Amino acid sequence: MTTPLAPLVLGIETSCDETGAGLVRGHELLADSVASSVAEHARFGGVVPEVASRAHLEAMVPAVDRALATAGVTLADVDAIAVTAGPGLTGALLVGVSAAKAYALALGKPLYAVNHLAAHIAVDQLEHGALPEPAIALLVSGGHSSLLLARDIAGDVQPLGATIDDAAGEAYDKVARVLGLPFPGGPPIDQEARGGDPAAIAFPRAKYRDQTLDFSFSGLKTAVARWVEDRRAAGASVPVADVAASFQEAVADVLTRKAVQACRANGVDHLVIGGGVAANSRLRALAAERCEAAGIRLRVPRPGLCTDNGAMVAALGAELVARDAKPSLLDVGADSALPVTSVLV
Amino acid sequence: MLLLAFDTATPAVTVALHDGAHVLAETTTVDARRHGELLASSIDAVLTEAGAGRLDITAVAAGTGPGPYTGLRVGLVTARVLGSALGVPVYGVSTLDVIAADAAAAAGGREFIVATDARRREVYWARYDATGRRLDGPAVGIPADVAETIAARQDAPGSQGAPGGPGILAAGTGALLYPGVLGQPIEPSYPAAGTLARLAARQFAAGAPGTGAEPIYLRRPDARVPGPPKRVTVP
Repeated sequence: MTTPLAPLVLGIETSCDETGAGLVRGHELLADSVASSVAEHARFGGVVPEVASRAHLEAMVPAVDRALATAGVTLADVDAIAVTAGPGLTGALLVGVSAAKAYALALGKPLYAVNHLAAHIAVDQLEHGALPEPAIALLVSGGHSSLLLARDIAGDVQPLGATIDDAAGEAYDKVARVLGLPFPGGPPIDQEARGGDPAAIAFPRAKYRDQTLDFSFSGLKTAVARWVEDRRAAGASVPVADVAASFQEAVADVLTRKAVQACRANGVDHLVIGGGVAANSRLRALAAERCEAAGIRLRVPRPGLCTDNGAMVAALGAELVARDAKPSLLDVGADSALPVTSVLV
Repeated sequence: MLLLAFDTATPAVTVALHDGAHVLAETTTVDARRHGELLASSIDAVLTEAGAGRLDITAVAAGTGPGPYTGLRVGLVTARVLGSALGVPVYGVSTLDVIAADAAAAAGGREFIVATDARRREVYWARYDATGRRLDGPAVGIPADVAETIAARQDAPGSQGAPGGPGILAAGTGALLYPGVLGQPIEPSYPAAGTLARLAARQFAAGAPGTGAEPIYLRRPDARVPGPPKRVTVP
């Protein structure tokens, strides 16, 4: 006798500039197809919502078809559809939500409209198995920098702290611009930093010693710009590698310090890191070091699953299906400011 | 045949089912801010009303705009996904042509335009002859400029316009939004999915291949390439 297969869940993600379609069974990742419009945004130095939305419309069906082909399944095999309902860019979200509803209608299968941030946590189950509960999650991307307490990934996620101004990824983009590096700023700064001295320049760590679990990256970004401008004004060359390494150290230092603080304050010994900035090599290394010292078990998905993708949405959808959660209604909307406490809409 | 038609390029979300001869069910809700919420449930509602199932659908038609982008895309991505998932052809028809097909009767044998809200104090417009055949457009422009353009063309020799007559007849909400600028309003204000279905059913019955659901945007995305980063220190 063979074990019955877990339900096959199609996940759709369009909250920002990535059109993602993923296929997941239980904790098993079958396909993860992502079409990014990032190249179209590069010359604007940031994501242009209308450019992203137009790209989603064109990429949606092909992305799903590619995922199906990779997994070797057909739409008829799909048991449920999950989609990011928010938070994110309204126009971009609506393309994915509308597509997901149309798949649900055409296939006669249930729809699960889910939270993007909770999906960033759930995706780790595809790599490291069932998530220990409770767990602390650090989510860092171009749009978010949050610390969350996940008592139950399918239903009880509480915010502990968040950035009060720029997201960490946003600071990376702005610093990259000051240094003449391309958008998005994360990868080129990470690359430059490898050849630089992280202790070369003492950039500020905002809210470092306060008792909150909030972040602030706006002052850091300005401090880097000021340092670079002063240097240029003095007619000196800018040591790009040292600036990148020192900036990156300041970001990773604050993020990991507060993440450990969040674990301690809540008596939780598991930390999950997700979001695009979780692909950063220094953040990963420093988090590993500090978690080990603090006796915290660290779980970070591989970089490809940290950035926005459809598999993470399917992973959360699969968890909801497994727990017999009530599907969303067909009149569910997109919510650009969906609170993380709403895991399923 | 069972053709599912819908349009989301104006404040109206309109959905209809057509069997090749008649409209079996039709529903229209005017709410500019809820296209994403309304479309799928409206589709579900017309299927239920007609006693049809999702697998009975043999073709899909969608209004391709022009219209405010976010709402427009709700309809177009829905049409593309339904076409792909059900394995049926998708027909795209300009939203202005759908309005024109119903406006011809109200125009009483005269030329007319269809003008809809393009926001930013502009309208999407197209010009039609008395039978509803498109002569100009679709285009986007400032209402006063559009009126000037139309007046010049209507008065052109060989045109059916009536120089010295009561001026331009305009279907769509454009003439209502800009009273006294875009001419005399005529019905309808919004597209009817039943009419869209009728236009597309003709194509489908004639064996025409699906045209896909291509958006008519008419404007480029609003984005400016930034200059060098702003200084944070005083030079």
